[in-house]
Amino acid sequence: MTDSLAIKTESLGRIYKIRGGKKTKETPKELIALADVNLKVECGELFGLLGPNGAGKTTLIKILVTLLAPTSGLAQVGGHDVIKSPHLIRPLINMVSGGESSGYGLLTVRENLWLFAQFYGLDNKTSQERITELLGVVGMLDRANTKSSDLSTGLRQKMNIVRGFVTDPEILFLDEPTLGLDVGAAREVRRFVRRWVAERERPRSGKTVLLTTHYMVEADELCDRVAIIDKGRVLACDTPANLKRRLQREAIFHMQVSPMNNGALSGFGTLPGVRKFTHEAHDGSSTLELILEADDVLSSVVAKLTQHNARILNLQKREPTLEDVFVDLVGRGLSEEGGGE
Amino acid sequence: MAARKSSTEMFVRTVIARAYPRVIGQHRELSWVFFDIFLPLMATCAYVFVYKAIRAPEEYIGFVIMGGAMTAFWLNVLWSMSSQLYWEKETGNLGLYVMAPNSLMAILLGMALGGMIATCMRALVIVVLGSWWFGVTYAIGDFIQLFATFMLTMTALYGLGMLFASLFLMFGREAWHMSNLLQEPVYLASGFYFPIRSFNFWIAASASIIPLTLGLDAMRQLLFASGAKFGFLSVRVEIAVLVVLCVVFIGAAKYSLDYMERLAIREGRITDTRK
Repeated sequence: MTDSLAIKTESLGRIYKIRGGKKTKETPKELIALADVNLKVECGELFGLLGPNGAGKTTLIKILVTLLAPTSGLAQVGGHDVIKSPHLIRPLINMVSGGESSGYGLLTVRENLWLFAQFYGLDNKTSQERITELLGVVGMLDRANTKSSDLSTGLRQKMNIVRGFVTDPEILFLDEPTLGLDVGAAREVRRFVRRWVAERERPRSGKTVLLTTHYMVEADELCDRVAIIDKGRVLACDTPANLKRRLQREAIFHMQVSPMNNGALSGFGTLPGVRKFTHEAHDGSSTLELILEADDVLSSVVAKLTQHNARILNLQKREPTLEDVFVDLVGRGLSEEGGGE
Repeated sequence: MAARKSSTEMFVRTVIARAYPRVIGQHRELSWVFFDIFLPLMATCAYVFVYKAIRAPEEYIGFVIMGGAMTAFWLNVLWSMSSQLYWEKETGNLGLYVMAPNSLMAILLGMALGGMIATCMRALVIVVLGSWWFGVTYAIGDFIQLFATFMLTMTALYGLGMLFASLFLMFGREAWHMSNLLQEPVYLASGFYFPIRSFNFWIAASASIIPLTLGLDAMRQLLFASGAKFGFLSVRVEIAVLVVLCVVFIGAAKYSLDYMERLAIREGRITDTRK
């Protein structure tokens, strides 16, 4: 790699043209998937892209792995331009996507992995050794000779993860790698990713991982730095600790109250001193998440609840999480939470 | 990265690796025995009985058996080459192929090689069974010319398949319809079940753009004692045209594949058929 940056984007944008049906003569609609994205990822970094579904994470990854051309701006991977020199980038990278069904069902797990290793020029001996090692790490050695069509979703995803690592890439792109995995399997995958990066830091060889996720825990647990992305724009980029520190001065409360209607709840967001407010209705209760400018603002919230005859069932003050940072930046929570956990 | 090899070796490894599922799949999925041998044999038998009923020249039985065997290659090119990249896109393999440090040409060559090897087995079974049932006798005069004709036909045919595959890279489900559309007319135009000399010269010449047309005609001339009597052009001329078709189709496939890959990346079609 030509400099210390594994990935660099400058004013990167991508617009999709959505065509109507063949019979309609309307001009194609434009969907802005990415707009003015500026990122710098150092070699050896485990970098996270955090955002809800449709935020632009996968589009960004597709551009970086040379499968999609940007419509504006610049993107470099390993010091090479994704448009001008994709052939120089491809030997350095690999990618694993959540829920992918790549490979051939008729082939065994070992055969599928061997096949993809061949595309990267690995000799038979090396590829077989790595496959054995990695299948052992993900606990699939006993399934090496099982046809991939006979694997469960979770095992198939583990096979895909091994496929991504078997070529020992300089830069690995993990696009929602734990999507669809159960809690235990997702935890195993995270542990494995962390170990892979850590092992290669001694001596520091510059292995880089770019991970996209909409699971807060994943980003918090794994990433050295996180960029929060929504509607194609990067809203913040820092270490998880620094991002959370932004909210350290605010008071964050989790409150469970007796059921309230939406009309009554809508007034809370406009109370003086309430920075952000989200709510969720459950059977027999409503959950409120509040970011307040100071602790004493809570009294006005309680007064308003009393005014609506709502009873407080549970009240907790807690440390800020990445979810709070996201809510603070975007003004709403992630639509899906904690799927992997 | 000591384990990584030169680009030539990587190319060869990719070709062999992509051929592997086609060859091994034959042993693991035996439904092909019914679809690729029994069904073509039935169609072949139907023509044999028609020719017997109308007391056509005896050579026609052998012509039909050879045509039936070559049908397997055409079906393989249409369904397992031309529209294959569409299926690879659907399963998520296409993105991984494009992203790998290799050319898509190596992937297509692997598909072609694997398809050719697997289909040779099927074609051979049709020839052996058909010849045995109907008592066809062969008189091979020049084995080298016969082998050269077969190999050139295969190279040109799979070159055409690679060209189609590159064009179909941009297609969604239309690829399936396009394959359907191309299937039957070629049965007629290539003279699978009759000598193309039955057509007038210009129709036969136009049909010669499909490598199977001249390949089959030349092979019939070389396989049967009175084959030359039914031939469209001399074997030497047909071999020369097949060489030209090989160069044109493989060259066009390479150019088209490079262009279509760039276009698909620009339009976002490698991983998404909708946008």
